[in-house]
Amino acid sequence: MEPLSEPAPSAAEAPLERLSGWGRHPIGLGRVSRSERIVLPPGSAPVLPRGLGRSYGDAAVPGSRETLVIDVTRADRIIEFDAGTGLLTCEAGVSLAEIIRVFLPRGWFPAVTPGTKFVTVAGCVACDVHGKNHHRDGTFGRFVERLTLQAADGRQVVCGPSIERELFLATVGGMGLTGLITEVALRLRPVESAWIALETRNARGLDEMLELLRASAADWPYTVGWIDSLAPGSALGRGVMMRGRHASREEVAGRRVPPPRAIRVPVDAPAWLLNRYSVQLFNRIYHWRHGAPARRLVSYEEFFYPLDAVLDWNRLYGRRGFLQYQCVLPRAAGVRPVRAVLERIAASGAASFLAVIKDCGPGWEAYLSFPQEGTTLALDFPYRGPATEALVHELNALVIEAGGRVYLAKDAVTRPEHWASMMPRLGEWRAVRARWDPARRFRSAQSVRLLGDPA
Amino acid sequence: MKAVCVGATRGIGRALARLLAGRGDALCLLGRDPAELEASARDLQARGARAPVGTALLDLGMPAGFVDALDAADRALDGFDTLVVTGGLLGRQADLATDPLALERLLDVNFTGTVVLCQMTAERLAARGGGTICAFSSVAGDRGRRGIYLYGAAKAGLSTFLEGLDYAYRGRGVRVLCVKPGFVRTGMTVGLREPPFAADPEPVARAALEAIEAGRSVIYTPGIWRWVMAAIRALPRRVMRRLDF
Repeated sequence: MEPLSEPAPSAAEAPLERLSGWGRHPIGLGRVSRSERIVLPPGSAPVLPRGLGRSYGDAAVPGSRETLVIDVTRADRIIEFDAGTGLLTCEAGVSLAEIIRVFLPRGWFPAVTPGTKFVTVAGCVACDVHGKNHHRDGTFGRFVERLTLQAADGRQVVCGPSIERELFLATVGGMGLTGLITEVALRLRPVESAWIALETRNARGLDEMLELLRASAADWPYTVGWIDSLAPGSALGRGVMMRGRHASREEVAGRRVPPPRAIRVPVDAPAWLLNRYSVQLFNRIYHWRHGAPARRLVSYEEFFYPLDAVLDWNRLYGRRGFLQYQCVLPRAAGVRPVRAVLERIAASGAASFLAVIKDCGPGWEAYLSFPQEGTTLALDFPYRGPATEALVHELNALVIEAGGRVYLAKDAVTRPEHWASMMPRLGEWRAVRARWDPARRFRSAQSVRLLGDPA
Repeated sequence: MKAVCVGATRGIGRALARLLAGRGDALCLLGRDPAELEASARDLQARGARAPVGTALLDLGMPAGFVDALDAADRALDGFDTLVVTGGLLGRQADLATDPLALERLLDVNFTGTVVLCQMTAERLAARGGGTICAFSSVAGDRGRRGIYLYGAAKAGLSTFLEGLDYAYRGRGVRVLCVKPGFVRTGMTVGLREPPFAADPEPVARAALEAIEAGRSVIYTPGIWRWVMAAIRALPRRVMRRLDF
């Protein structure tokens, strides 16, 4: 008997769509399949899994119009939840927002979350995302017990820390290039409330900021610093350090979390909106508001996902989009390269709406996982063409000199030779990929750019 | 609520069943693929539906199996009080125009089967004091249009049936809701070019549930379609003939 609804269309039938990452640069054309049941189409045409499109650069952008983009967001069923251990098994497209909506009322929270909840679990695995607790808990992949993939040849493969371990370590942080992740089993964290006990401290400069982060690391599961990237000279690195922990039932005393409210950015902002002066003004106001040391309870939304309150905030950067730059500089290299990167950015005058600083704990065995022990910086640059790209290349040179690396979930322009010199285990990863996908059927604009995949 | 859902494994039906699950309702899923039904039952249970979520086989195109399916649902839910039908077919009009068997199947599922199932359920519910029937028709049934008249004809028939069913059974405690969505982004419409006012399944499901709760008999969703279709219904034929939709 024929299926009750249409079979997924082949790449040739779906209309071409313009696709970009969250930074809206670059834009690629591809055909998209959207179905509750995600399967690789037969044949050998290139495919690219895509979730909620929150990676900033070209990781989820098709490399050519021959690519079939497999949108996984409709594959969003919960398969099993063990209320004793917090082990959640679900399909690839379940978002952290949905996990929080369903399981926070029962006392569970994602063990690791990036700065937005609008991400799929498969996307979190593919980017091996990290959060404000990296110094203590490591990346998302550390909490994954099992993955089910459909490999390039169509086979279903189960992998995990102790089964098909190499495939697992290549898939976590593997940017979706090792196979189609269809199911994820991950451990959630038990929490007593939906609130975060937050403390803020003022840092007058970079040394003080790093010292505050270091001093808070032992006792606080979540730490992060916000810095005014335009502050000059001795004030470089000035900002606010925030540290938080899940509040206990007693602390919260029946307080109810306001339902998440969000506004939309209805149109693309004009390109001049975010300039040196407007961003400086924003940074000053932010600094002034958070200046005094304070402790208070904030909702998990306010603490983890402040930007989720403005849907489509990426439109604030105008039609040309923006680049987000995130690097990590190893602790062993000291504070000097951190200062050098910040100085270079301040000198460039490229306004950064958000400059985030955070200390990372040790990295782990996943071959392409981004974090390593040291300091990570994340900044936005409005995209202004070659000048912006040149700035990234210059920053990359500083990062390489220090032994650091950039984060593929953010990247859109890094040169392949730069990236290769940042990733000591790239060769091992390539070998695993070659075993599971010798024809490199899984590919993206990013893998074309960085790995020399055919478009 | 003790709801029987036809079409809950995908699309709008999946979204609507999740809303019911979130309220702790008791559910029984009817459909053709046992593995899919089982997977959706587990999903809904994890989201708060009263355990266990029942499942039974039903093919909307095969009315011979309806009695067994409704009996199974009655056993699973100890007498259900609500039927939600979101399942349906949308073929490519060009294929349907040249493939009589595919066309027959589309009409069987979207019209004949849905009508028979709702009629049988109305009798069943009336006999025990009442209940609710919510079936998804479509704005496509409001006017014959060149691009979608085969699907639209089945939906027009379904809308007319549901209207009459409402008049015939309201006095016996059965409330009938006809939901007319516009273009919704689901597996059914994948690969089609999006017209204006395209919607996601979740808000459409929410609107349907609110209408069930409010005891309404017909809704357009998103609501703008009510006015769009009123305008399209008012167009003279000579204008319709020239329009390409």
